[in-house]
Amino acid sequence: MKHLWLTAKLDLVESLRSRWFLIYSLVFGGIVALLFAFGLTESRVLGFIGLSRLLVTYIQLAMAILPIFVLITTVRSVAGDREAGVFEYLLSLPVSLSAWYWGKIVGRYVSIFLPVFAAMAGAALWAMFQEIEVPWGMFLYYTAILAAMGWCFLGIGMLLSTLARSTDVAQGLAFVTWLVMLLFLDLILLGLLIQSRVAPEFAITLALANPLQVFRTAALSMFDPQLIVFGPSAYVILDLFGVAGFKIFAVVYPVLLGTLSAATGFVLFRRSDLP
Amino acid sequence: MIRFDSVKKLFRRHPVLDGVTLDIATGERIALIGSNGAGKTTLIRCLLGEYTFDGEVLVDGESPRKQRASVLGKIGFVPQLPPPLKMPVGQLVTFAAAVCNSDPKRIETIGTRLGLNIDELRNRPFNRLSGGMKQKLLIAIALGRDVKVLVLDEPAANLDPEARHIFFSLLAERIENTSMIISSHRLDEVAQLVNRVIEMDMGMVVLDDRVADDSNLAAMLNTKLRLHRADDAIARALSEWSFTDVGEGMEWHGLVAGPDRLRFLGMLSRYVGLLKAIDMVELDPGVTLQ
Repeated sequence: MKHLWLTAKLDLVESLRSRWFLIYSLVFGGIVALLFAFGLTESRVLGFIGLSRLLVTYIQLAMAILPIFVLITTVRSVAGDREAGVFEYLLSLPVSLSAWYWGKIVGRYVSIFLPVFAAMAGAALWAMFQEIEVPWGMFLYYTAILAAMGWCFLGIGMLLSTLARSTDVAQGLAFVTWLVMLLFLDLILLGLLIQSRVAPEFAITLALANPLQVFRTAALSMFDPQLIVFGPSAYVILDLFGVAGFKIFAVVYPVLLGTLSAATGFVLFRRSDLP
Repeated sequence: MIRFDSVKKLFRRHPVLDGVTLDIATGERIALIGSNGAGKTTLIRCLLGEYTFDGEVLVDGESPRKQRASVLGKIGFVPQLPPPLKMPVGQLVTFAAAVCNSDPKRIETIGTRLGLNIDELRNRPFNRLSGGMKQKLLIAIALGRDVKVLVLDEPAANLDPEARHIFFSLLAERIENTSMIISSHRLDEVAQLVNRVIEMDMGMVVLDDRVADDSNLAAMLNTKLRLHRADDAIARALSEWSFTDVGEGMEWHGLVAGPDRLRFLGMLSRYVGLLKAIDMVELDPGVTLQ
């Protein structure tokens, strides 16, 4: 366990010194600053005003940026470290492979979740300072969604880093994975549904296997609990899970998917050439 | 101590190690030589448990893949190319000491002996150090703990003559109870350090020979050179070896570390036409560089 924490700390310090972390933090901090600057807390959409309005917009933007950011930075740094000889040296030290791999994930998780959460927490603190009401229930659920999303894509990123032997291939794989998830959000899925006359349950199950769709639906469910904007699909989802059940599913499923991906990556990592 | 038994490694169906069998006993100092692609680095990576392979590698009866932490606890490794780590020097030392159950002070002491002030460099990122500093730090980490095997890949390539001598002295202190594998492209770089030479080619051992084991790793040679005439090129080369001009470029005095003598003579051979006389006398033990 000691080695795991040492590796996590090492990875965290490496991340904090890297350029991607600076850009990543600036992007999320910048989004919140811009949302405040453009007076989003004073505008109203679907009855939402104040910090709720800002959080709704923030989570939508985070959903668009976070997955690709996490995927690309994870595969770039892990595959890049391997190519540059960092693995050759650090894995010649007496650290067990499990401590190394999971320690790296823990360190990286802190570095990807911290800026996203800090931006949101900063917004809440600023709102309190400005005497704007903070919707704590929404704040906590969005925190959970972002935490789950970060973990999910980190796990997928680690799996892709293990599969690919070079940074270029790893980056390509990460981009294609993200693109497939993005295309399956609505466009291809609806086309399939119309063309193949498949059962709606099947199409929706396929949609809900896509973590991007799960986040999107969960984020929408906060201001549209009956998922009216989804039309008939909402019946299938709500019949299957119920409102509260879906909220739990939207956090648990991505965490399980991320863990499964990371665990698969670990098995492959342990069986393959390390550097 | 170390046993390679029919070790085979393929990369895309191409054999990089082709049934290597070797036994290395405690106290053996091996020069692992061969051209690029001969299989030296692959053999080292199999020993470090970093590659999968067919056959068996055992260190003290344990497998580096299966009993990784235990085996690597016995091996100190210095890579040929320093890793591009961004972490500060202090953190690298603390991390290495913690995972190796060693004391950071021990690493710092070795670093100081090699001429590296770790206290001053504590907050500097590792990748911002000069090539020589990186090499010294990696050597300090490898030697700053109790190991039974030292695996050194071109370890002295970036070191100045003083640091090379101290490095050889540090190796001499461990000569009795440590096996050493020193990888190099050229035998003259490491010849005086070793008592066995293993040459690899096309993934196979093509030469396995014992060499005379009467050189003192910590020895120093008081060296005096006289030239027919002063020459800028040899003056520059001798200055790199910290030689002093005592006769208007025609006479030079300096110290050469014992294990470096072949390398020094190799350098001199480029200017053999200029040489009038050469005198190399081994100093009494205990004499140190000023």
